[in-house]
Amino acid sequence: MNHYPLWKNLLIAFVIAIGALYAAPNLFGDDPSVQISSARSQALPADLEATISNTLNDEDIAFKAIEADSQRLLVRLNNAEQQIRAQQVLSESLGRQYVTALNLAPATPGWLRALGAVPMVLGLDLQGGVHFLMEVDMVTAERQQQERIVDEIRTALREADIRYQSVTASGRTVTAVLRDAAQIDAAASAVARQNPELGLDSAERNGDMALVARISDESIQELRQRSIEQNIVTLRNRVNELGVAEPIVQQQGEDRIVVQLPGVQDTVQAKRIIGATATLEYRAVDTENDAVAAANSGRVPPTSRLYYDRNGQPVLLKKRLIVSGDQLIGANSGFDPTSGSPMVSVTLDSAGARRMFDFTTENVGKPMAVLYIEDRYDPELGRNRRVEEVISVANIREPFGKRFQTTGLGSSDEAANLALFLRAGALAAPVQIVEERTIGPSLGQENIDKGFKSVVIGFALVLIFMALYYKVFGMFANIALLLNLVLIVSVLSMFGATLTLPGIAGIVLTVGMAVDANVLIFERIREELRLGNSPQNSIRSGYDKAFSTIADANVTTLIASIALFAFGTGPIKGFAVTLSIGILTSMFTAILVTRALVNKVYGQRKQLKALAI
Amino acid sequence: MEFFKKQTHIDFLKLRRLAFIFSALLLLASITSVATRGLNFGLDFTGGTLIEAGFEQAVNLDAVRSSLDAAGFQDYVVQQFGDASSIAVRLAPREQEESNAEISSAVLDALQQSGQGEIDIRRVDFVGPQIGKELAEKGALAMFWVLLGILAYVSIRFQWRFSVGAVTALVHDIIITTGILSFTHIQFDLTVVAALLAVIGYSLNDTIVVFDRIRENFQGMRKTGPVEVINTAINQMLSRTIMTSGTTLLVLAALYVFGGEAISGFALTLIIGIVVGTYSSIYVASAVTLRLGVSREDLLETKVEKEGANLDSMP
Repeated sequence: MNHYPLWKNLLIAFVIAIGALYAAPNLFGDDPSVQISSARSQALPADLEATISNTLNDEDIAFKAIEADSQRLLVRLNNAEQQIRAQQVLSESLGRQYVTALNLAPATPGWLRALGAVPMVLGLDLQGGVHFLMEVDMVTAERQQQERIVDEIRTALREADIRYQSVTASGRTVTAVLRDAAQIDAAASAVARQNPELGLDSAERNGDMALVARISDESIQELRQRSIEQNIVTLRNRVNELGVAEPIVQQQGEDRIVVQLPGVQDTVQAKRIIGATATLEYRAVDTENDAVAAANSGRVPPTSRLYYDRNGQPVLLKKRLIVSGDQLIGANSGFDPTSGSPMVSVTLDSAGARRMFDFTTENVGKPMAVLYIEDRYDPELGRNRRVEEVISVANIREPFGKRFQTTGLGSSDEAANLALFLRAGALAAPVQIVEERTIGPSLGQENIDKGFKSVVIGFALVLIFMALYYKVFGMFANIALLLNLVLIVSVLSMFGATLTLPGIAGIVLTVGMAVDANVLIFERIREELRLGNSPQNSIRSGYDKAFSTIADANVTTLIASIALFAFGTGPIKGFAVTLSIGILTSMFTAILVTRALVNKVYGQRKQLKALAI
Repeated sequence: MEFFKKQTHIDFLKLRRLAFIFSALLLLASITSVATRGLNFGLDFTGGTLIEAGFEQAVNLDAVRSSLDAAGFQDYVVQQFGDASSIAVRLAPREQEESNAEISSAVLDALQQSGQGEIDIRRVDFVGPQIGKELAEKGALAMFWVLLGILAYVSIRFQWRFSVGAVTALVHDIIITTGILSFTHIQFDLTVVAALLAVIGYSLNDTIVVFDRIRENFQGMRKTGPVEVINTAINQMLSRTIMTSGTTLLVLAALYVFGGEAISGFALTLIIGIVVGTYSSIYVASAVTLRLGVSREDLLETKVEKEGANLDSMP
């Protein structure tokens, strides 16, 4: 007798039900939609939904639904034509505060979404888009840091009236050869005051005393991390400009950044927009004239210029520049130790510090502003357009130079944001595109179609073959194979794994290999029958004896696919993911599901004479 | 339907000397081909730029070439790709890295200006020379770890003679498959590396299945010599081997025929690899294990040993 206990049958049914549930979202297709998010990655205002629905109603654009959370708002439309009209209307009425992007939102029913069931993410090779791998030029970044330190040491020595022969840099050390050996201690303390992070040492150079400053590993590490973050911030800003629905900007490895822009077709334009440069300027605020009046009348005093802040409020700034972004060394957000309120602390290089000190000494109590400037590529103009924006205005409490704090910020988020922008506008380490992969939308669709077709055909061939060769047992295997496909899709959907063309190849290969477990079992059953065992016994020992073989074979293949995943990149990874998942799910379906079916059909028959195998 | 109504009794191992010579010749030919003809490395490993574009009508390649010349390009290759209205432009990597990313933009501009109407950009691949090197290193590293992991697992689950047999078969498969790729000049890119690694997985699967049966037979067939035991195992697994290779080849054929350009190299590599892998699990893996002197004592889990008796079975 072959019989599964109730709990085992229930467990199998449960796993299949869950699998089917989470695979289901892939059946519903997409809604053409427009996605709206804040250009500053801030929370969206609560009344935005009503504004948008009014705008669309006024324009007679019918929409299916508007869905909003704190980060983004999605307008689902009935067709692609209305989607494009809606985007035009919305981007005009909402202005530059918001990013409006075309998107294909999965049309998963609400009850499925409530369970967290979402369709598979399609890779760039299937939906079209651009993938850039950018490398931050750390050699240049380190050279810039070295030059700054040479400059700092010169200033420190000059200010302390210590005469020197030369200050030179080589590798990670900066050597200052002094004229008077007796001043070595004074020189060390002057430099230490200027930059406490340097490791200082004295040494002899051709009979003269020299101060050797070593750039620590930590500060190199910090420089690298900062250069990366700085570039990521600027890249995110640019990408927002592009109006891409689901962009990815991520650090990869030590000095690389991945940028993925699904659905972007014009790579030339994308590259130009991404390649824009940013800087910032510290300027005095014009307090003698009223900015709002100037904005309304258009009459701006000749020594000033009119700018706007991030909320669109006008600000008048003096034309004279205090400090520019290339003099800014660092900006970090934190909390003011005395008041506990959020703040940003800024460090300038020595030239900047001198100018800042001169200016602030004369202007205590007056406001100073930070202007953020980006040269962005404007596709309509066909050239770069300068975008200038006041990102911070603060009063000067007392004279300061090299290091200073900006306080009075609303929240720690705002402080972090300001610090990010300051860093982004500081002299950034240059980036280069080291890899580009673009798939046009037509090729993406073609890849989906071909991938789908080959899965269907390959699958059908195997089903026919199995049914012919193993008859009823072949049908059991076929049911298992179909369930296996459902389970693979559901696991991919559950983990939010990305489906790529090599991933599809992995699924196809899994289908071919998944039958192996059943073949092993069925061949074993046949063998047992040939030895003259009863059908029921043959079934039992067939499954039992084949098990260790199946386990060994699958574990070794799993080892191979895990190594593939760990060391592979791009296409190899996508293939490894589906192969690994497929191996695991096929063990379940090929062994447990077929056994449950066999038990159901044959297990209870006492007089069983033969098996259709 | 059954391939064999009765249990077959084919003396596979009788041919093992012949197979050894055959394999040796194949290996030699493969290594020679890789050494002399080399591999047709794709963009992933060489670096450079590849652009595929579709035009509205059949392309005039000369017009494309002259507009590329006018834009100052030198070492490029323009080919018809797929149908008459599609082309592929390949450019070798340049010395200065920074200008590389701009190349694809410049090529697209040049294509637009060849006066043949709107173009549809189907694919742009640019790989910097550094990245190419890294991808190659990573691929080689992956292969190394896969082999090491398998060596360890098979040693634990079976015995060192089996693991040496299995890994010898895998190396054999990789070299011969690579040799065939070199001989046929199939483009060697990242997807082909993925396929080679999948061949390892598949061939191993095949080998393990036979090994498992050998182990079982050693325990069951007490009075038989190793040659007979291994032969029996191969015969018992013959239907399964044919069936599984058959279904896998079936889906791969579907992938090759219908999967399109991007996946055909992958499918073809696997097809070659599976044929070679099926052969090797019989004639390389089993034969090497036999040659290393596998015996019943190696596999009996419950045996009382005299001191020093197991030295023989240590690697």
